[in-house]
Amino acid sequence: MQLFNCPFCGPRDQSEFTYVREAAPVPALDASQATWQAYVYDRDNPRGPHREWWHHNHGCRQILELVRDTLTHEVSSIDAARGSQVTK
Amino acid sequence: MMKYSVFSLIKQALNGHQGWPMAWRNPEPKKHYDVIIVGGGGHGLATAFYLAKNHGIKNVAVVEKGWIGGGNTGRNTTIVRSNYMPDENAHFYEWSLKLWHQLSEELNYNVMFSPRGVLNLAHTEGQRDALFRRGNRMRLNGIDCEWLTREEIARAVPHLDCSDTPRFPIIGGLIQRRGGTARHDAVAWGFARAASNLGVDIIQNCEVQGFVREGNRIVGVETSTGRLSAGRVGIAVAGNSGRVAGMAGLKLPIETHVLQAFVSEPLKPIIDTVVTYGAGHFYVSQSDKGELVMGGDLDFYPSYGQKGNLPIVEEAITAGLQMFPILSRVRMLRQWGGVMDMSMDGSPIISKTPIDNLYLNAGWCYGGFKATPGSGWVFAHTIANDAPHAFNQGHTLERFANGKVIDDKGAGPTPQWH
Repeated sequence: MQLFNCPFCGPRDQSEFTYVREAAPVPALDASQATWQAYVYDRDNPRGPHREWWHHNHGCRQILELVRDTLTHEVSSIDAARGSQVTK
Repeated sequence: MMKYSVFSLIKQALNGHQGWPMAWRNPEPKKHYDVIIVGGGGHGLATAFYLAKNHGIKNVAVVEKGWIGGGNTGRNTTIVRSNYMPDENAHFYEWSLKLWHQLSEELNYNVMFSPRGVLNLAHTEGQRDALFRRGNRMRLNGIDCEWLTREEIARAVPHLDCSDTPRFPIIGGLIQRRGGTARHDAVAWGFARAASNLGVDIIQNCEVQGFVREGNRIVGVETSTGRLSAGRVGIAVAGNSGRVAGMAGLKLPIETHVLQAFVSEPLKPIIDTVVTYGAGHFYVSQSDKGELVMGGDLDFYPSYGQKGNLPIVEEAITAGLQMFPILSRVRMLRQWGGVMDMSMDGSPIISKTPIDNLYLNAGWCYGGFKATPGSGWVFAHTIANDAPHAFNQGHTLERFANGKVIDDKGAGPTPQWH
């Protein structure tokens, strides 16, 4: 069992959270098809620290941004996911 | 190589079993190979075997960072089936199933394939309709399946709770009788032995750490024990595909997730088929040693740790007990996790890549084991001819860009939900 330290709710069981996806800048609506395709489908998928979005759906219902190690599962940072940068 | 037969068994028995040779050679790597396969799992070994057997390409090396049978090939729930809907997957997996039925003879190695049937249960009318649709599409593709009523299921699987008592009562199920299980280690060992016998070099404890490029062409691999030059290179490292392809500069539509499996203490024979739960995600069969082999969902977050978390154990076992209340006092023997290549449409990628002479076999999600012989067959064809086989024409890397995804479940680009 693992605890995630939600910035709004405090330490909560990981099963309250749902993994959303790898954190990445959201393309602009008029970005090229190749940019959108890469955003929707392609992943860095590293073995090690991974920047990712989780939904605290059984808590504050906020989208959070974590840096979590995919090998050890250790969370090195957790914060509200805000202001995703838009790219063309 | 010694041919395994009843005569060799008798002869060795009379010698006190002291004369059995090594099943495969352990050669020093050559400087150059026509084809190098990265990854000595079932798929890589099967690819090397069919390269030698079907295409006459025998100067082949399989390079494995660990040992044969130590990866996902030996870490799965051994289920073999071909109950797929999209035509691309249906034809591919059906060909693989046909290969399973004669694999022991082909390899001269008993892979203990047991066509004991795979039964998918339905618990709601919606699920029943979905299984009818799946069954109809399978039959249109010439694949066997049969609808069983609740009464027929109660007779076929006596310990299954077919009453109205469970929260989600069973109303029927779709069975594919030609599906079943096989001995997973034997599949790795059998392909390794048969490939080695045809001249393939199996190089263990040798990790690929990079690719050697000339322009847009791969000409070799850098390994932990030195550089090997190669005419063509195939990647078959499911679980680590993103990392290995990343060394060649490719970014894949794949996320690596952990999937757990469980084995109970050995019991007398009580389940003689494969049963999957429809109201949750749980599948069970009984091994020849009597252990119940069980699996459930992914842990639902990216992980390379070959270990899982407890909530999924509880969820899977809850579903199992709903099906088989008789198991409530059975003890677990062991539990483990394997790393899955979860692709963005739930279907595999068996494809050329944007880099010349580099080929990719990846994205097997929950179901790589059943595909082992078929995957080797079409990947060998793809490498030998620099063009896909009819059965993997649709399984390209480009399908995500041109909208031709093969999404059996309809879950979209959320790899954990496939």
